[in-house]
Amino acid sequence: MSDMAICCEGLSKRYRIGERQRYKALRDTLTDAIYAPTRRLRSMFNGSANATVAIADSTFWAIKDISFEVEHGEAVGIIGHNGAGKSTLLKILSRITKPSEGEARINGRVGSLLEVGTGFHPELTGRDNIYLNGAILGMKKAEIRRKFDEIVAFAEIDKFIDTPVKRYSSGMYVRLAFAVAAHLEPEVLIVDEVLAVGDASFQKKCLGKMGDVANKGRTVLFVSHNMSAIQRLCARTMLLEGGRLTTYGNTADVVSSYLANGVSEAAPVSWINVAQASRSGTGEARFLAVHYSSLNEAIGFRPYTNGPLEFSLTVESDALRSVEGISVFLSDKYGTRLVNADSAFIGRSVNLHKGLNVVLLKIKELYLNPGMYAIGLWLGNNMGANLDYIESAFQIEVVNLESEGFGIRSNEDGVVTCHFDISVTN
Amino acid sequence: MTIQEQKINRTLADSPNDLSLAAAVVPSTIIRPSSGWASLGLKELWEYRELLYFLIWRDIKVRYKQTVLGAAWAIIQPFFMMIVFSLFFGRLAGAPSDGIPYPIFVYCALLPWQLFAHALTESSNSLIANERLITKVYFPRLVIPISAVLAGLVDFAIAFVILVAMMAYYRIVPTLAVLTLPLFIILAVMTSLGVGLWLSALNVQYRDVRYTLTFLTQVWLFATPVAYSSTLVPERWRAIYGLNPMAGVVEGFRWALLGKAQGPGILLAVSVSVVILILIGGVYYFQRMEETFADLV
Repeated sequence: MSDMAICCEGLSKRYRIGERQRYKALRDTLTDAIYAPTRRLRSMFNGSANATVAIADSTFWAIKDISFEVEHGEAVGIIGHNGAGKSTLLKILSRITKPSEGEARINGRVGSLLEVGTGFHPELTGRDNIYLNGAILGMKKAEIRRKFDEIVAFAEIDKFIDTPVKRYSSGMYVRLAFAVAAHLEPEVLIVDEVLAVGDASFQKKCLGKMGDVANKGRTVLFVSHNMSAIQRLCARTMLLEGGRLTTYGNTADVVSSYLANGVSEAAPVSWINVAQASRSGTGEARFLAVHYSSLNEAIGFRPYTNGPLEFSLTVESDALRSVEGISVFLSDKYGTRLVNADSAFIGRSVNLHKGLNVVLLKIKELYLNPGMYAIGLWLGNNMGANLDYIESAFQIEVVNLESEGFGIRSNEDGVVTCHFDISVTN
Repeated sequence: MTIQEQKINRTLADSPNDLSLAAAVVPSTIIRPSSGWASLGLKELWEYRELLYFLIWRDIKVRYKQTVLGAAWAIIQPFFMMIVFSLFFGRLAGAPSDGIPYPIFVYCALLPWQLFAHALTESSNSLIANERLITKVYFPRLVIPISAVLAGLVDFAIAFVILVAMMAYYRIVPTLAVLTLPLFIILAVMTSLGVGLWLSALNVQYRDVRYTLTFLTQVWLFATPVAYSSTLVPERWRAIYGLNPMAGVVEGFRWALLGKAQGPGILLAVSVSVVILILIGGVYYFQRMEETFADLV
């Protein structure tokens, strides 16, 4: 057991729903205290069943019964939808908050990076902030001094090192913040979604740096929504769903099952049941079933590159309402959203009756290369409520219809296609 | 159920960069909920002394940024209070000052008072001001109020220069008692830290503390012999008066610097005991609440 870097057993974290409330005033506690006895009396009269319901209602498990082990030198990814408990798990392992139940054992110096630039002070210069932030992240002064030049070079801000960071552009700010964090070298590194900073080239540099850390034999726990980053850095990945650890294994398998969301490839022209799919939203109106077709009978209505794609969406609404946005979006296997056909983009709201409605949505031409794509669904108002949101309802396969006649294509050709012409002038 | 944790056997590797060396002293952290009194955690605090140093350094560096008068503010505040007090209490009300010129009598008390009041306000609000740190990084939370208190010593040192100038002006030569001055400074710091620990931990959950603070420091000022002499208090009540630890501090300052014939005596003894109780209680209360800070702040 001691050769494990991280070892968790039954980690759980319960929040009382009121606990998340901000600015709780003393007055509230006093009134609570006054009303508590009468509440108990009332529940006694109403029967004990009610009382237990009340307790269950006011607490919620952010994570529940999480057990896993991570070996020394292993890089492990953590994925899951928003609210699945990823951040809570990292906060417990970073000792920021305590578990309600269970135990975790970490062997080695822990460094955690839940946010870049924590403790940066806008009035201080870049130089001062490197020292301050480094100390906050747990580096020793001598260690920071040794790495100082490396950090400045990595952030590409050497000219502005003695300028207060409040004068920095936001890009310079995050570059500096990440540069300090990237030079933290604990034996166990815990990283939340922090790579989504800076421009594309800097992100690439950050990923490279993370890869170096993992290759140097350090243990890394890495939360990200960037599936390609996870696949590049981590051999094993765990999937959290609703606060529970549902899958832990080979990254490629976990990522694909996460994106497929348990629903595997679905065939065209048959109603696909999405009523049980994992989703978020108020549910006042929700998707029940989907049916798709390319309208091309010759290839069995399968979607094809540059062809049309028609969706029929069965939506159940609990009242008569007008909805601003109903959308179907397609994502690749890395979770990158490629196409979003949203009625709000074309300014068309949708009137839903109480009960069942069928909405027809047609993509005129699908500029996607052949491959597997995940279908996501969204229903809601842009500024207001999110009624129903399914990140990944099922997968479809886009086939190639054109290659026989026009040329040869391979998967390396890119994700999307375009119409183009060639002419030569001499 | 409160959520608690026990930290066991955490030692930092001397050379974090060198894995082979670090492996020899593998620090191990155990995270679990538990109940009961944890140790004071002072050992861990010592391990984080560099962070404490950097936070103090930050507070000092940032304090007078983008002000025209800069560090002069550290002098202006007690100096003008001295003028106002001398005018209204010294001249108009004719408060007795034990035969010492009233301006220096009051300034000598305003110095530790300002140190205390400022440190108390800063430390009480410190956890909320550093919310980002608390919710994103682990370190012993005690570092935050302690750094807020200690950063105030710089202002104190600057304002002290004026006192030295005034002593020269009034030709007051301190006696050997001046050697005890550091002890009274420490007592003032311990008082503000002790009370600050209680209030900062309470402030995380009850924002009422913030509004109580202004009121509290005002009342406390009048309960402390700053504008008057503690000799106004009848002899038999003197020990009870010492329950206000700042009374002991202020009287101690006057005795050490201005050479008042009579030492603070029983009043000081009571003050010191009260401070020690408040401080130890504050550390325990703070450490019990510490683990909920990230969830509540």
